[in-house]
Amino acid sequence: MIDRALGPLHAGQSGYILNRMVQYTGTLLDASFAALSDATRRGVLEQLGRADASITDLAGKFHMTLTGMKKHVGVLEQAGLVTTEKVGRVRTCKLGVRSLEPEAAWIERYRQSWAARFDEFDKLVEDLKQKEKADGRKKR
Amino acid sequence: MDERKDSQINPTKYGTTVARKSGRELVVTRTFNGPAHIVFDAWTKPELLKRWWAPKSTGMSFLSCEADVRTGGTYRFVFSHPSLEQPMAFFGRYVEVTPGSRLIWTNDEGDEDGPITTVTFEERGGETLVVVHELYPSKEALDDAMASGSISWSGEQFEQLDQLLAAPGASAGQA
Repeated sequence: MIDRALGPLHAGQSGYILNRMVQYTGTLLDASFAALSDATRRGVLEQLGRADASITDLAGKFHMTLTGMKKHVGVLEQAGLVTTEKVGRVRTCKLGVRSLEPEAAWIERYRQSWAARFDEFDKLVEDLKQKEKADGRKKR
Repeated sequence: MDERKDSQINPTKYGTTVARKSGRELVVTRTFNGPAHIVFDAWTKPELLKRWWAPKSTGMSFLSCEADVRTGGTYRFVFSHPSLEQPMAFFGRYVEVTPGSRLIWTNDEGDEDGPITTVTFEERGGETLVVVHELYPSKEALDDAMASGSISWSGEQFEQLDQLLAAPGASAGQA
């Protein structure tokens, strides 16, 4: 039953599974239509169609606060229309995967699921570095 | 006007890249701001793995994470997700464990042969480059994995959505 619902699990344990799970929540499409009901969000999509942008840039362009823009981008992201990745201190937004060719779209989703994991991983590495520093001091 | 500068933000330093290197291979790369021994720990200690392997944004919860990380050891990860009636288990065997530099494991949960995952860790000046390499048993196996993962994104629903998107500004699709 579960195997059937999820398709061939032999495809591996990593990004693939995240993708499958996200798809099977089945709410993406509703979320997409809801996301498109807002003029600012449609504007953001249009903007990202021309070039990737950071949240700060988008907030500037649409004369909004950072918090306000974060919310809009969050709605678009949930709908799969926009993807974001934090690189260093900057969160860059780009158009989502729906307009790509199937293979490119698959690879992009796979990349995003790893990128989401690695965002968490970065935090963990910082924690562990701090901890090691603290332990090192204790030993001396 | 000044949109161009937006795409220049932080080229690739800490970005995640994925490429289909051949018919059977996928390669993921990422650099982390920490030494290899720390990055390796985060991949191999169950209590640390649990903190990043199933990010909150996916709605997944890690129910249990058992990993006997040594050559010949096994792992078993169990996840739940609101859309699943039952938890899902993923399991396999560590083919090679070389502390601080290399991990190789099998993915045995499917009916057929799964890919072999090789992760290498390479430290450079306090940073660590991680390369995740997944080798599928055949090109068909990888094609199948990709095809089954694309179904819900390639239907006519998305054509409708494309049309809807094109409507308000009509320039969204242009470069």
